[in-house]
Amino acid sequence: MAALFELAKVLRSKNAGPFELTFDILFDSKEVYERVKNSGKINKQTICELYNLTEGQIDHLVFYDQALGIKITILRDISSGTVGDRDVYGAQQHAPLMNILID
Amino acid sequence: MTSSDVRIVSPCGILGYGFPEESFNRAFEYNQKVHGIVVDAGSTDAGPHKLGAGVAIVSRRATKKDLDIIIKNGVPRDIPIVIGSAGGAGAKPHMEWTLDIIKEILAERSLTARIAVIWSDFTQEEIIKANHEGRINPLTPNIPALTDEVIQETNNIVAQMGHEPILEALENGADIVVCGRAYDPSPFAAVGIYHGKDPGLAYHLGKILECGALCAEPGTTKDCIVGTLKEDSFTVQSLNPIRKCSPISVSAHTFYEKEHPYILHGPGIILDLSQCEFTQVSDGVVEVKNSKLLKNNQYFIKLEGARKVAYRTFVIAGVRDPILVGKIEEIEELVMEQVRDYYEDIPEEDYSIHFYNYGKNGVLGSKECTPFHGHEIGVMFEVVAKTQELANSICSSVRSTFLHYGYENRKSTAGNLAFPFAPSDVEFGPVYEFSLYHLMEITESPFVIEYL
Repeated sequence: MAALFELAKVLRSKNAGPFELTFDILFDSKEVYERVKNSGKINKQTICELYNLTEGQIDHLVFYDQALGIKITILRDISSGTVGDRDVYGAQQHAPLMNILID
Repeated sequence: MTSSDVRIVSPCGILGYGFPEESFNRAFEYNQKVHGIVVDAGSTDAGPHKLGAGVAIVSRRATKKDLDIIIKNGVPRDIPIVIGSAGGAGAKPHMEWTLDIIKEILAERSLTARIAVIWSDFTQEEIIKANHEGRINPLTPNIPALTDEVIQETNNIVAQMGHEPILEALENGADIVVCGRAYDPSPFAAVGIYHGKDPGLAYHLGKILECGALCAEPGTTKDCIVGTLKEDSFTVQSLNPIRKCSPISVSAHTFYEKEHPYILHGPGIILDLSQCEFTQVSDGVVEVKNSKLLKNNQYFIKLEGARKVAYRTFVIAGVRDPILVGKIEEIEELVMEQVRDYYEDIPEEDYSIHFYNYGKNGVLGSKECTPFHGHEIGVMFEVVAKTQELANSICSSVRSTFLHYGYENRKSTAGNLAFPFAPSDVEFGPVYEFSLYHLMEITESPFVIEYL
């Protein structure tokens, strides 16, 4: 078992426009990428549990084999930079993903 | 490099971020030809404030420093200079601010240049009409549908341009093209397309170059990068030897701040990167192939607009008392109730009070799942209200109520908050929101080009 942050080369969050947040998980080896992909641990249910979301709030969960990367995009509760927003750039939303355990 | 290769230099990620002049100068070593110096100046990342308020996110001083290096190298060599989303948001006040700096530099350096200005502003009437014609839709399901009232409250409405008006300006011999709001890759793509290169490759290269050297390792938006468009591929290379491009750094950048990793939507186009190959061709140089541009049957442009929603006053303080830390949310609720009771003459919809408990759930809010373990919390509270006077007044009451609130079992009867600053209350000014973030269908280009 290994935590996702130990396996990933890049694990980050950022705005994709003011109304969406996107998470990028990138690997520097095909073997590790395949291990994470085939573990089945990165799925909509996991994301919903980690972030208190419903499936409808997840826009995309995509495995991009050529780039050895996984992208997850969710809808923001509050658009970037207005009243009640906690993270204008969306750059610190990734932390809950870091401890996903991969077989 | 062959004679038909097209080299495009991106000095930095946002004009005014700064970059090392030595990196920039390396683009011209060995008399290498440069076909365009393109710099993106815009972003929605910092929120709606700069579009709503008509101000830049970088200083005039820093923008002038960057532009001076670009202009003194580009203009005498007849290299077109293209600035995307001028001034940060590309609306009229941002364009005028940028043009003023450019004119000042040209005068100081005794240079002349043909400047093309591409406006991207829309009037409220134009948007109301298009909305009534059913040509406007929200970009994502969490964006409210547009009403006349919202449009009337929104100032500085812009739309993202594609490469077409920029291409037209280049074809008309512009030395400097100052673009209003542009799809970030479009100014780069326009230079490639002007030289007859494949639009798919040109757009994908633009996507990689628009953040400066962020696509290299170590990545930064404050350094220069060069892209070379070839017959059926492009390459990217850092202009600073301490940074290297690798297949992962470049493919990671393809992911960057987009909602989908390989389907990218732009004005009138869809960029399909599903079949891309990223190859290391030499030390620090990555080649990319198979980027494809699909034309949309309908042409949509993305509208952006911001409206003022409130005025804010806030306070930052520390809480170290373990009894107070243990029931911080409960006490904040009680403080809020007491303030609301005190201001019973003010309608509740005229203001709101928010607490952010840094160290507990300050960043993730309701999405935080990790149990709290700390011994200290940074508390930030704000009041947002219809007027600045009201925000100031209520925030002052929240602060004094919180400071002296006699919660159950309190031992520390002298005060509950550690303020790092005096005065403690910070008047923030207006708060904006993106009230327009919609797609609008167009049949002909609405972007007006003016030549100076």
